Amino acid sequence: MENAKKKSLIKSLKYAIFFVLLFAALVIIDVKNPSYSMIITVLKKGTVYALIAVSMNILNGFTGLFSLGQAGFMLLGAYTYAVLTMTNEAREAVYYLSGYSVTFTLPWYVGLILAGAVAAFFAFLIGLPVLKLKSDYLAIATLGFAEILRAFSQWAKLEKITNGSIQLRDYPTFSKSSLLEGTVFENASLTPYVLIVSLCLLLIVLMINSTYGRAFKAIRDDEIAAEAMGINLAHHKRLSFITSSFFAGIGGALLAIYQSSITASQFKSSTTYEILLIVVIGGIGSITGSVLASYLYIACSEWWLRGLDSGSFLGLNLPNVFRSGFRMVVFSVIIMVIVLFFRKGIMGERELNLDRVGWFFTKILPSLFKKKNKAESGKEAVK
Amino acid sequence: MVKENAKTLLEINNLQIRFGGIKAVDGLSLSVKEGEIVTLIGSNGAGKSTTMKAISGMVKPFAGEIIFGSDNITGQAPNVIVSKGITMVPEGRRVFPNLTVLENLKIGAYLRYDNLTNDIDYVYSLFPRLRERSWQLAGTLSGGEQQMLAVGRALMAKPKLIMMDEPSLGLAPIVVAEIFEIIKEINRQGITVVLNEQNANMALKIGDRGYVFETGRISMSGKCSDLANDPKVQEAYLGKSK
Repeated sequence: MENAKKKSLIKSLKYAIFFVLLFAALVIIDVKNPSYSMIITVLKKGTVYALIAVSMNILNGFTGLFSLGQAGFMLLGAYTYAVLTMTNEAREAVYYLSGYSVTFTLPWYVGLILAGAVAAFFAFLIGLPVLKLKSDYLAIATLGFAEILRAFSQWAKLEKITNGSIQLRDYPTFSKSSLLEGTVFENASLTPYVLIVSLCLLLIVLMINSTYGRAFKAIRDDEIAAEAMGINLAHHKRLSFITSSFFAGIGGALLAIYQSSITASQFKSSTTYEILLIVVIGGIGSITGSVLASYLYIACSEWWLRGLDSGSFLGLNLPNVFRSGFRMVVFSVIIMVIVLFFRKGIMGERELNLDRVGWFFTKILPSLFKKKNKAESGKEAVK
Repeated sequence: MVKENAKTLLEINNLQIRFGGIKAVDGLSLSVKEGEIVTLIGSNGAGKSTTMKAISGMVKPFAGEIIFGSDNITGQAPNVIVSKGITMVPEGRRVFPNLTVLENLKIGAYLRYDNLTNDIDYVYSLFPRLRERSWQLAGTLSGGEQQMLAVGRALMAKPKLIMMDEPSLGLAPIVVAEIFEIIKEINRQGITVVLNEQNANMALKIGDRGYVFETGRISMSGKCSDLANDPKVQEAYLGKSK
């Protein structure tokens, strides 16, 4: 028993050190690069998408409920944040057509929490009828509700709150924070995202590893057996749906902060598919997989494959082939390859395991090189 | 182990269950005494599994009442019924394939808030093979091991009454014997057992009393030894011809 305790302590210490180092690296990148540089943009958007992808994974990967309503809850979060945190001066300019009816201004952190809360509340309401459905039917119903929410936010009667289909902007973002002026962190813009998302992910991980998380997985594996074990199916499904939507709402608010302006039209079902893609690439049922995949996905679509649209890629200069839109062709091929050959995604259902990573770098990589050397020396001997 | 003048633990009066227009169970009454092993035998579609599902709350009865101890549990939610002390080992094992053996056991104790260490040790002492495979995913176990896990998982809820729906389904004879040995062992420790079994021979050997189901009704009941010697039962369920 003593030994096991010691082992688990060492293990958690290892992970703590790993995450502190990772965080330090991100902060250093943040301080060294200007906020408009590509790497910061990608890391920021990737961080926001990581939270949204993990929130979708709670539902699809851990509870086995196939829901496609993520864009709707992101929209609720983004709008709640934008509407409630704007100053009245900003509102004068933004609501120039209709006038505004919300006249109070909340601090940004309250807005962020409320963004989650509003999304969670709507999830509760939508969940009452929808969660009785199974598999594809649930997906269709949630997709429908997300579209209804989008249409509703553009409704002319709500103009004074949501500004109709005109964009919302000039709400507080992280780029102009006066708090850190004069310090090393003066132009740090990535760190706040990383901090908030890490906190949310920590909460999610704690939940998944609790008895609730185990009950979610039991429902995913076998509903009938879960019910026979005394798990209240309706209650737990609702809980999972609400939690997922809460974090999707916060993710939506963070996306609003990242973009510094939002419109309802960008929260179409294609946004949901984008996130579903990240979840599938990362591995359905793996939190670290979703995080990893969202950085990879954003880096590919925003940065690494840009050259395919603008003429030259990997030193090839073919302006006739690499025209705008070609990036999406290549991207689709990559996705097809993943779906065909890595059906369980990058991580499958596993989580990040430092021992495995260490084993890969100390045993597998060197052995690969050794084999090569042997083969080469063999060739030389023949000569 | 049935004591003299043991109390009635479970009583079913005039139970009716309908699926649409089909009467799956039609006016059925039975009783289970504390400490008994009661076996239910009958052909497919006679209503044995449906009755078990009704007791555990997974199917709502159309009419009739189910009384457990002194509570009327008719039509209550499965989680309420589990917390009162009835657990079911579902047909076809139904372990959670992507959870480890240990996690499966912990799910069995989902409605309990006290310390589980002793009970996990108890289940492992009944099934030493599960201890070896504690960190293995349940989906990678063999059929027999999965059945053991399903029984162990049900025991984790500390039930007064355990219902087993076809525990021998698809298992090799030697494994079946092992499972039945465990059922006897569980019963010796004071847990009442209701057994639904196609393998009538085995079931009548270990049971105290038995009920014979026929198209949603009980056609015969009595001591298992008497049932096993009854010519009708022998012909219909034990495969002995006159």
